[in-house]
Amino acid sequence: MTAVRSNGTAEQLPPGQLPRLVAPGAPLGLEAHLRRYGALPPWPAGPAGQAQLIASVERAGLTGRGGAAFPTARKMRAVAGTAARAGRGRRRGGAVLIANGAESEPASGKDAILLRQSPHLVLDGIALAAGAVGAADAYLCVDGADPGLAGRLLAAVAEREQAGLPGVAVRVVVVPEGYVTSEESALVNFLNGGPAVPLYVPPRPFERGVGGQATLVNNVETLAHIALIARYGPGWFAAVGTPAAPGSALVTVGGAVGRPGVYEIGLGLPASELIELAGGPSAPLRAILAGGYFGGWVPLPEAAAVPVSPPGLRSAGASFGAGVLIALPAACCGLAETARVLRYLAGQSARQCGPCTFGLPAIADALAHLAWRGRDERAADWLRSLLPLVDKRGACHFPDGAVALVASALRVFAGDLERHLSQGPCPDASRPAVLPVPRPPGGRR
Amino acid sequence: MSPAVSRVLRLNPIACDAHGVCAGLLPELVTLDPWGYPVIAPGPVPAELEEHARRAVASCPTLALRLERQAKG
Repeated sequence: MTAVRSNGTAEQLPPGQLPRLVAPGAPLGLEAHLRRYGALPPWPAGPAGQAQLIASVERAGLTGRGGAAFPTARKMRAVAGTAARAGRGRRRGGAVLIANGAESEPASGKDAILLRQSPHLVLDGIALAAGAVGAADAYLCVDGADPGLAGRLLAAVAEREQAGLPGVAVRVVVVPEGYVTSEESALVNFLNGGPAVPLYVPPRPFERGVGGQATLVNNVETLAHIALIARYGPGWFAAVGTPAAPGSALVTVGGAVGRPGVYEIGLGLPASELIELAGGPSAPLRAILAGGYFGGWVPLPEAAAVPVSPPGLRSAGASFGAGVLIALPAACCGLAETARVLRYLAGQSARQCGPCTFGLPAIADALAHLAWRGRDERAADWLRSLLPLVDKRGACHFPDGAVALVASALRVFAGDLERHLSQGPCPDASRPAVLPVPRPPGGRR
Repeated sequence: MSPAVSRVLRLNPIACDAHGVCAGLLPELVTLDPWGYPVIAPGPVPAELEEHARRAVASCPTLALRLERQAKG
């Protein structure tokens, strides 16, 4: 194909300019993608090339954008190390890459936008990260929310093969619906022919994953950042963000804002400025839910200056998660909102571990009782006693996230709880829900 | 006086089916939650309970409980 030039002389994006990952306008085909970002940087060949790319990612300070905010380079190095060791020993050598775009957080939309608008940036990242850890196979996992997505991604993969771009064989896989199906061990389980539910770890995927091989699981946005770090370097990446949280990130802003949607920000932007970016409050606000249904409540206006970044939100008692922020209007019951989410989460348990199978519905029941009946001190005590009985007692972190959300609700909405206990439910408890909670056909199983 | 290697009890919560045998054999370290699933006291298993811990591990009908080495420190 003549349209694709392989000498990368295209100008790099200005370091301070946003957005980086998602260009406004129509989705970028391969030609437009290479025009915007420049040619694919050299394939990380041999141990030296591999180490160099991982070192760049480390210097950039990139952390995973899927929710855990784990240092990406450490994960890559662990997989590369296991793969190399296994290749010499009796275990099966090689490695596998899973690009995780199965966005099961109902309040998040950023991976879907990224895969729709910039598929080749993700595919660049897949090729480079796979090269860096010595993976010969890659899986791009997506959910089924957009039925046309998998087909378009396959076409993008084919377009690259025709253009002769270096890379690995990429298989596009649609993962079953559900909150825990995109957890990394659940993806490994599914790709190994099992159900898409979490596994008991260790061994973690980086030790033994798909086909018994060391497996690197990265969120698709993380991989897109790797594609840019490989092109423009760690200094360029860190030109936005803060020293503690360098770089940019996609965030999904919802709730009572003028223009809900996906935005790319430099990490560390104050929460109030993010809300302004999303059109400002559409009603007086009382709190934001940061980190999605795995995160926590942050009160407003006290926390308006909280930096939107993993460390910033962690110190505010919430989390960055997959970059979800939902603005809760003042005319709203925080207990009722949280109770609806807990009911949903309880139904999303893989029902493998007892404390999660039985504990989450018990927590959801107690919270619903307090939200819509109130006047029951014993229910409040029961709820508080349940949280430590569920926290960190599952094979995966799903129940821990649900517990953290409830704990933050009891902290931030302590005044609401007082009133519900003394006077019964507030009038706002019967308002329609602000937080999106999917209702699967057939309801709770 | 502490042994060179301490041991910790580790539960596979997916394998556990709440038979409760462990709590019966090792009540010093294992209690049951409201749904009958074991809650294990954190930290290393005291030397004087190690034999009992071993018995609890061996008696688990689903092999969900393990006694694992923990590096000293």
